[in-house]
Amino acid sequence: MAKPRTLVITGYGINCDEETRFAFEYAGAEAVIMHINDIIDNPAILDRYQIVSFPGGFSYGDDTGSGKALASRIKNNLMEELRRFIERDTLMLGICNGFQVMVHLGILPALERPIGEAQVALIHNGSNRYQCRWVDLTVEAASPSVFTRGLGTLHIPVAHGEGNFYAPEGILETIEARKLVTMRYVGPAGAPAGGEFPHNPNGSINDIASICDGTGRIMGMMPHPERGMFFSQRDDWTLLREEMRRHGEAPPELSDGVGIFMNAAGYFS
Amino acid sequence: MREARFRVEVFATIADARCDVVRERLLRQGFGVESVCITDNYLIDAEIPDAMMDSVASLLVQPVVQGFLVNTPYLPEGFSHAVEIGYLPGVTDNVSHTVRESIEDLLKRPLDIEKSVFSSTTYFFGGDLSDADVESIGYELHNPLIQRMKILSAGEYRKSGGMGNAVPLVDLHEKPTADIVDLDVETEELMAIAREGIAGEDGIRRGPLALDMASMAVIRDYFQKEKRKPTDIELESIAQTWSEHCKHTIFAAEIDGDGEGIFRRYIRSATEKIRRDRGDRDFCFSVFKDNSGGIEFDDDFIVTDKVETHNSPSALDPFGGAITGIVGVNRDTIGFGLAAKPVANRYGFCFADPGDDRPLYRDGARTQRLLSPRRIMEGVIHGVNVGGNTSGIPTPQGFVYFDERYKGKPLVFVGTVGIIPKTVQGKSSVEKSAVDGDCIVMVGGRVGRDGIHGATFSSEALSSGSPATAVQIGDPITQKKLSDAIVKEARDLGLYNSITDNGAGGLSCSVAEMARECGGFEVDLERVPLKYPGLSPWQIWVSESQERMTISVPEDRLDDFIDLMARRGVEATVIGRFTSSGRGIVRYHGEMVFDLDLGFLHDGLPRKSLMTKMPEKRIRPVAFPEPSDMAGVLREMAGRLNIASYEFISTQYDHEVQAGVVIKPLQGRGKVNGNATVICPVLSSRRGVVLSQGIYPLYSDIDPYRMAACSIDTAVRNAVAAGCPMDRLAILDNFCWCDSSKPERLWQLKMAAAACYDTAVAYGTPFISGKDSMFNDFRGYDESGRDVAVSIPPTLLVSSIGVTEDIGFCQTIDFKCPGDHIYLTGITGDECGGSEYHSLLGERSKGGESAGGTVPAVDTALHLRLYRAMEEALRRGLVASSISVERGGLGVAALKSSMAGMLGFELSLAGMTRGQVARNDTALFSESQGRILVSVAPTQARDFESIFADLPCGRIGTVSAGGEIVIRGLEGNTIVHSAVEEMAESYRSRFRGF
Repeated sequence: MAKPRTLVITGYGINCDEETRFAFEYAGAEAVIMHINDIIDNPAILDRYQIVSFPGGFSYGDDTGSGKALASRIKNNLMEELRRFIERDTLMLGICNGFQVMVHLGILPALERPIGEAQVALIHNGSNRYQCRWVDLTVEAASPSVFTRGLGTLHIPVAHGEGNFYAPEGILETIEARKLVTMRYVGPAGAPAGGEFPHNPNGSINDIASICDGTGRIMGMMPHPERGMFFSQRDDWTLLREEMRRHGEAPPELSDGVGIFMNAAGYFS
Repeated sequence: MREARFRVEVFATIADARCDVVRERLLRQGFGVESVCITDNYLIDAEIPDAMMDSVASLLVQPVVQGFLVNTPYLPEGFSHAVEIGYLPGVTDNVSHTVRESIEDLLKRPLDIEKSVFSSTTYFFGGDLSDADVESIGYELHNPLIQRMKILSAGEYRKSGGMGNAVPLVDLHEKPTADIVDLDVETEELMAIAREGIAGEDGIRRGPLALDMASMAVIRDYFQKEKRKPTDIELESIAQTWSEHCKHTIFAAEIDGDGEGIFRRYIRSATEKIRRDRGDRDFCFSVFKDNSGGIEFDDDFIVTDKVETHNSPSALDPFGGAITGIVGVNRDTIGFGLAAKPVANRYGFCFADPGDDRPLYRDGARTQRLLSPRRIMEGVIHGVNVGGNTSGIPTPQGFVYFDERYKGKPLVFVGTVGIIPKTVQGKSSVEKSAVDGDCIVMVGGRVGRDGIHGATFSSEALSSGSPATAVQIGDPITQKKLSDAIVKEARDLGLYNSITDNGAGGLSCSVAEMARECGGFEVDLERVPLKYPGLSPWQIWVSESQERMTISVPEDRLDDFIDLMARRGVEATVIGRFTSSGRGIVRYHGEMVFDLDLGFLHDGLPRKSLMTKMPEKRIRPVAFPEPSDMAGVLREMAGRLNIASYEFISTQYDHEVQAGVVIKPLQGRGKVNGNATVICPVLSSRRGVVLSQGIYPLYSDIDPYRMAACSIDTAVRNAVAAGCPMDRLAILDNFCWCDSSKPERLWQLKMAAAACYDTAVAYGTPFISGKDSMFNDFRGYDESGRDVAVSIPPTLLVSSIGVTEDIGFCQTIDFKCPGDHIYLTGITGDECGGSEYHSLLGERSKGGESAGGTVPAVDTALHLRLYRAMEEALRRGLVASSISVERGGLGVAALKSSMAGMLGFELSLAGMTRGQVARNDTALFSESQGRILVSVAPTQARDFESIFADLPCGRIGTVSAGGEIVIRGLEGNTIVHSAVEEMAESYRSRFRGF
C-alpha cells in the first residue's frame, strides 16, 4: 500500500513543521516540508499530494492578527490551486496557527462554497495572555471528521495567544447543527469545561477546540496533537508510570495525539 | 512633518479581551477607568488608488470581529481621553513591515521599505479621569525611550478630526564622512574622549568609549607609529573590540601578581584538567572559543549551550532588552560551528520586589525616572515571552530571584541550547574558517542607529549619561526566517565557510573576529543596507541592530547563497571580502576610513594588573529565638518571592514547541515549579538533555568561596535529581559583579573563581562556556534628590547541561503514592547563613538585619558518592519522586513535593542524618548542600536503602493520602500540623495578578 503523500508547509515563522512531519511519518504517511514560496513558485506541485498540513507557529509574528498575513499571502498567490486541491479527495489539517490561517481563508468551516471569506474567528484568549498548558478534549462522535474517527478523549497541549473560537449568531448554530465541531475542551473527569479557565484555556464559545468542514476531510484544531504522540511527552507520564508499575503494568509507548495522524494516514488505504 | 495619505483604524465589533485586561490592570493600580476601547492604526504613505484602499484595509482586518475606517477617526461612545502610542522615529516597527509586505504582495509592486507604513495603537478611556490621571496612565502604557505618545481629550480629538496622519520619519543628518580625531592632546581631554566620547562639530560628545588611560596611551602610540591621526571609526571600533564586554579585561587581567589571571587560572584550567583526566572519555567540543560551548549528545550529534546577560539594555527598556537578549543568544547557537539549531531557551531574572514603588532617578533634577521594579519585571518577562514563543524555541527552564539590590539594575540571564550534527557535508561541523577571497555577506536585518555603544555602555555603570540609542528592538520573525534558511538549508548545502553572530559591536566585532581565521578584511560600508539614510560611517560599523549574522561565502557559491536567501525572504548583501593582508580595511564611497593592523586590533589591548583585598567588614551573626509558630513560618516561606510559584511565567512561555520537553517546568498534578527540565532534541531518540542551574547571591555577602561552591553543587545536584548521570554533565558560568574596580570586590571575585576551579574539578564537570558582566551598579538620586548608589550583590549563575541516555531514567518532584517512604540523602548542618529563612527572620525583626551565620560548605567527595548512588537508584527505577533540596531547605522541598503530588506527608526531623543541628528551624530550613529528598515505594525500600547503605541517608517520613502535613521535631513533638491546601494557597497567591 502506497503511503499517502503529505505536504507540510513552512516559512515566515511557522515553527511546528518538523514535529508535524515527524508525526505524519510516524503514523505511516510520507511527508515533506516545503516553503510556501516554493509552492507559490510552482503551484502545480499541490497536485502531487494527498494531504496538506498547515502547522503551528507564528507566521509573520502574528502581526495584524494570528495567521492573517500568511492567509493574505496565500489568498494573493495560491487560492485557486488550493481550491482545486480541496475539491479532490484529499485531506487538510491545520494546527494552531495553521487553523487560524485556514479560518482566515474561509477553508473552515466553509459553510458555503466557493470558499474564500472568513466566517468564524479565533480571537485573543480571554486572559489576553499566551497559554501553554495541557488540556483534555472530548471528540464529537457525530462529526464527519476523518481525523477523529474512533477517538474518544485526548490529553494534549495547547500553546497560543489567540485561540478563542468565536462565531456570530446563525453561523454558530449552523456549525453545531451540521455537527462540524470535532473536539471540545472538558475537565479532567470529562465534564464540559463550560467556558471555565483553565480547562477551557481561551474562552472559546461552546468550548470549541476544533472544527471540520462538511466533508470531514478538512479539520482545524487549536491543540497540538503532534506534541502528544508519545507517553513521555505527557505532562503526567511520571505519575502514570508509577501507578502502572505498582500494578505490574508496563507503560505504553504512545499517547493520544497519534490517533489524529493514524486516521489521516489510514484514510487512503 | 510629513502626512501619510491614508490612515486606517481597525476596531473590534465584539468584546475585545485586550480592553478588559488593560482596564483591570489600571483599576488595580487605582485609576478610575470605567471603559477601555482599543484601535490598531496604520499610517500608509504610498501611491495607492483610493479605489484599492478597501482591498488594502481588508489585509488588516478579521471581518467577523473587526471593522475599519479609512481617513475617518474612530469615535467610540463615552470616552473622555484618547491616548495614541506608536514608535519613535527609527525604532523598529515589526507590524509595519508585515503590513508593507502584505500590501506589496497585493499590489505586486515594492513600496519604500522604511517610509511607507507605520503602526500605532489608540486607547480610548472612559471614566472620571483628570488630565494628570491620563498622563500617568500613559506612563504605564509606553516607554518614552522608544515610543511616542499623544494624548487628546475627547473634545480635542473630535475637534482635530482624530489623531492625525503625521508619520514618524527619521530625519538624520549625520556627517557622511569619517572625522579625524586628535589624540595628541592634554591628559584631561584624552580622558574626556575615553569617558564621554569623541566630540562632534557641535561639541557634543557621542557617548563613552569606555577605555582606560593605559589603553588610550597605547592607541595614541600606535597611531604615532603609523604617522597619522586616527579616524573616529577606527577609535570607535577599537573601543568596541577592547571593551570589557568583549575582551573581559578583568577576567583576563593579571591578578595579585598572577599572570594567568582569573579566567585562565580558575575557569579554563579547570576544563583543561578535566578533559585531560578524562582522556578518551572527553565529551567537550569547542569550549571557550566559539559562540557557544558543546558536549557530545550521541554518536551523531553535539548539543551546545550558551548563557548571556542583557542587564543594561533591560534596565532602560525591559521589553526590548529582554527580547533582544533571548533572540541574541539564539544567534550564539546559530553561530556555533557551521550553525546549530536552537532547541531550548533558558531564562533567569533577578529583580527588586515588584511591590517597591519608591522612585529612583538618573538625574538630580529628577526628570529621568527609573522604571519601577514592577514595570521592569513585567517588561522583561514579556520580552522573553515574545522572543522565545515567536521563534518557535521552547523556553522550559528558568528561575526568578528577588533582592532589593537589583533595583538599580536588574539581571536578565538568557540562554539557548542547540543541536548540530557532528559532520556536515562529510566535514567536522565545529571547524570553520573564513578563507582569503571569500565574500563577507551580511544576512538578516538592516542597520540603523539601534544599540550604538551597546558594548561600551554595558561596561559602565548606569547613569544619566547612558545613551538612549543603546536600546534595541527585537524582530524575531526576521531572525526565524534567517535561522531556518541557514540551519535547515544553507548549512547542509555547504554554501559557506564560516559564520558568526552580529552581537556587541556589530559588524566591527563580527567581521574583525572572523578575519582572524584568514588574516584580513576589506569592507565597503556604503553597501550595508540601512534602515534610513543619514548614518555616519562609524555608526554603520558599530551599530548593534539586531537579527544579523556575518557569513563567509566562497565566490563560487555566492549566487546559490544569495538566491536561496532571496527565496526565503531574507536580505543578504555582500559588503566586502576576507583577505590575508594582515590588515582590516574599511572604505566608505571609495574613501579609506579605517586601516588597522589586525594584530593590534585584537591583541594590542594592554593587560590590566589588578590587586585584591579582603574586606575588613564581616557580617556578624545575629541571634534569633526559635519561632513558636512553625506552621506559620512554613506558610510564609512558601509564599516568599524567591520560593513562590511562578506558574504565570511557565505557562506563558511555550515549553512544548518542538515536542521535546519531557520533564516540564510545572510538575505533578499540583503544577509546582521544578528545578530542572529535560528535553529530547532528536524526536526519534530516547536520549535527553537535562538543564538546571544554581544561584545564591546572598551567600556572597558572607562567603563568596562557598557561594560559588554551592551554586555549582546545586546546578549539578538539580540535574542529578532529575536523572542526569554525573559523567555526562557540564556547566556554564555567568559572573555578574559590581563595582569591579574595587579591590574588595575583586577579592570576592577571586574567591568565587577559586571555588569554581575546586568544585568543578572535584565533580569532573567542565565549564564549556561563560560570560561575565562586571559593572552592575547604579548611581542616581532618590525622591528627595539625595545621592543613591545601588550595586547588585555579587551574583554567580551556574547553569548545568547534561545528557541522559534514556529519558526513562528521569523523575519529577511530585509525591505519587500514599504510603511511600520519604528519605533525605546527605547531611543537614547548621548552615542558615544567607539562607531564605534568615532573610525572612531579618525582615520580621526590626531594621531588617539579615542573620549572618554559616554559609553551607560543599563536601565534594561525599556528595559525589551520594550523587552516583542517586543515579543508580533512578536508573533502577527505585525512586518515585525526587527533589533537590535548595532554597528554603528541607521544609520547602518537602512542601513542593507534597503540593505537586497533591498529597500530604508526615515528617520526623529526628530521622535525618545531621551534624550540629540543635533547633527544629535549623533542621527545616538550613540550606546544607548535597541533599535530595525522595519518595520510595515500600516494596522498593530495601533495595533503595542498600544502595545508600554506607552513605548518609535517613528515612524521615511517609507520604499520606488526604491533605495533612504533620512534622515532628527533633524531640519528637509535633511542630507543624497543617493542610497542604493552606500552604499551596500561600505558594500560589504571591504572584496572583501578574
